[in-house]
Amino acid sequence: MLPFDVHEIRKDFPILLESVHGKPLIYFDNGASSQKPTRVIDRITHYYEHEHSNVHRGVHYLSFTATQAYEAARQAVARFIGSSTPQEIVFTKGTTDGINTVAYSFGETLKAGDEILITGMEHHSNIVPWQLLCERRGLILKVLPVLENGTLDLAKLDHLLSERTAIVSLVHVSNTLGTVNPVKEIIEKAHAVGAKVLLDAAQSIQHLPINVQALDCDFLVFSGHKVFAPTGIGVLYAKHALLESMPPYQGGGDMIERVTFEKTTYAPVPLKFEAGTPNISGAIALGEAFAFLESIDLPGAYEHEATLGKYLRLRMKEIPGVRFIGDAPETCSTLSFLVGNLHPSDLGTLLDQQGIAVRTGHHCTQPLMTQFQIPGTVRASLAFYNTLKEIDNFIHALERAIKLLA
Amino acid sequence: MKKTIPQLQDEIIDEFQIFDDWLEKYEYLIDLGKDLPLIAEEKKTDDRLIHGCQSRVWVDSHFAENKLHFTADSDAIITKGIISLLIRVLSDQTPEDIVKSDLYFIAKIGLQAHLSPTRANGLVGMVKRLKTDALKHVTL
Repeated sequence: MLPFDVHEIRKDFPILLESVHGKPLIYFDNGASSQKPTRVIDRITHYYEHEHSNVHRGVHYLSFTATQAYEAARQAVARFIGSSTPQEIVFTKGTTDGINTVAYSFGETLKAGDEILITGMEHHSNIVPWQLLCERRGLILKVLPVLENGTLDLAKLDHLLSERTAIVSLVHVSNTLGTVNPVKEIIEKAHAVGAKVLLDAAQSIQHLPINVQALDCDFLVFSGHKVFAPTGIGVLYAKHALLESMPPYQGGGDMIERVTFEKTTYAPVPLKFEAGTPNISGAIALGEAFAFLESIDLPGAYEHEATLGKYLRLRMKEIPGVRFIGDAPETCSTLSFLVGNLHPSDLGTLLDQQGIAVRTGHHCTQPLMTQFQIPGTVRASLAFYNTLKEIDNFIHALERAIKLLA
Repeated sequence: MKKTIPQLQDEIIDEFQIFDDWLEKYEYLIDLGKDLPLIAEEKKTDDRLIHGCQSRVWVDSHFAENKLHFTADSDAIITKGIISLLIRVLSDQTPEDIVKSDLYFIAKIGLQAHLSPTRANGLVGMVKRLKTDALKHVTL
């Protein structure tokens, strides 16, 4: 394996050669969605040209080929996140679908008065499904606050956790602040009171090594499209015994063992949670994305990303009036900021005109925006295919935008 | 004699032809945004607010002598610049003309992305609001 070389890796991502408004694209919106390497794109074409049929049924050749590729992808996912068995991997539509599956299915096993603990930096998709569950079953939602520097107020954790806590559902890396949460410590404390833990890894799976056994999380969810795979596919990892004990979330084909009008028995896990024809090509492409990541010098890529993150923060501090939203000691290469009283959408528009893609707005974390008393932020979120030169160009473009708006 | 909606649109298209690049165009929009008369703070009420994912827009209308007069505001300056153009075209026109207007100038001056329904900056909602307000005064 060759040592990580950003210029080499960029050749694997054809979209990075695009021009936007006549300028070379600088893609700093990886937190919203990452770009796709050629081999992932090609894998989808290959599947439809040579392997496609429906999975888990049919005795014919193509059905067998498709099923094999689909199940091989499940194994690739299990291997990548350190799960001991592919039976613990449920294919979903994405992170939101994964959290809803747990809130509906695991939620069925909870009773009125049980508590759910989330944090103040959760994405709406890790707030609303729990609120719906609370309304359905009379549960109580508690929130671990966020401090001014964008870290969790861990001093309050012991006070909020109790035997009533059924599940702690929290984000591994904040999509808005870039904060890396001390999840290992939180998982240990949650387990000490008998609570389960769901980890939202939507913003960590592409930035940090993840091992579900080492973390000992009970559930872990992420979206394929943020980790170089297509949209519409995601993963719910759950400990095997938990998956076995949970009722199905949706009913339909593929998730059954035997159906009669009196009583239906369900397929073994994980198929019990995959009702209907799944996103076969998406799952296969996700497996390919992980194979791609395993084929490169991933520690080298993580290191390059850490350098990018530090350099971005360093250069941003040179610009007068820049204020970081959250400045945690441990962050990944995502940075939210504001400049003076300029509106994020104005900055985003002027950066776009210069070929730079950033995200502006509330990033689906309105409670966090309310806490910081801001309408939104500009967010630059980097991936390992970004370069130091791109950061220099971004800084230059940002200075130009600020000058225009001043 | 007040210019018609198409006349005003053609006038803006002409004005924008002098800009060589995006920089000049946005500089002009930002200047327009800065010059736009603000809505009085007490009129920035929820019923005048159009929520966008990105920026907020307030619209107020006043009907007199079969003409609708609009004022509007936004918390984002480029949005305000575009609002200023929309108001120049649609304000002080008859409700009938406003309702049936086709705002072709936006595409012609290369700002269609700002008025795309996916943009979520409140401008699409604003145009809709101007037309709905006008519709209330259309005499059948």
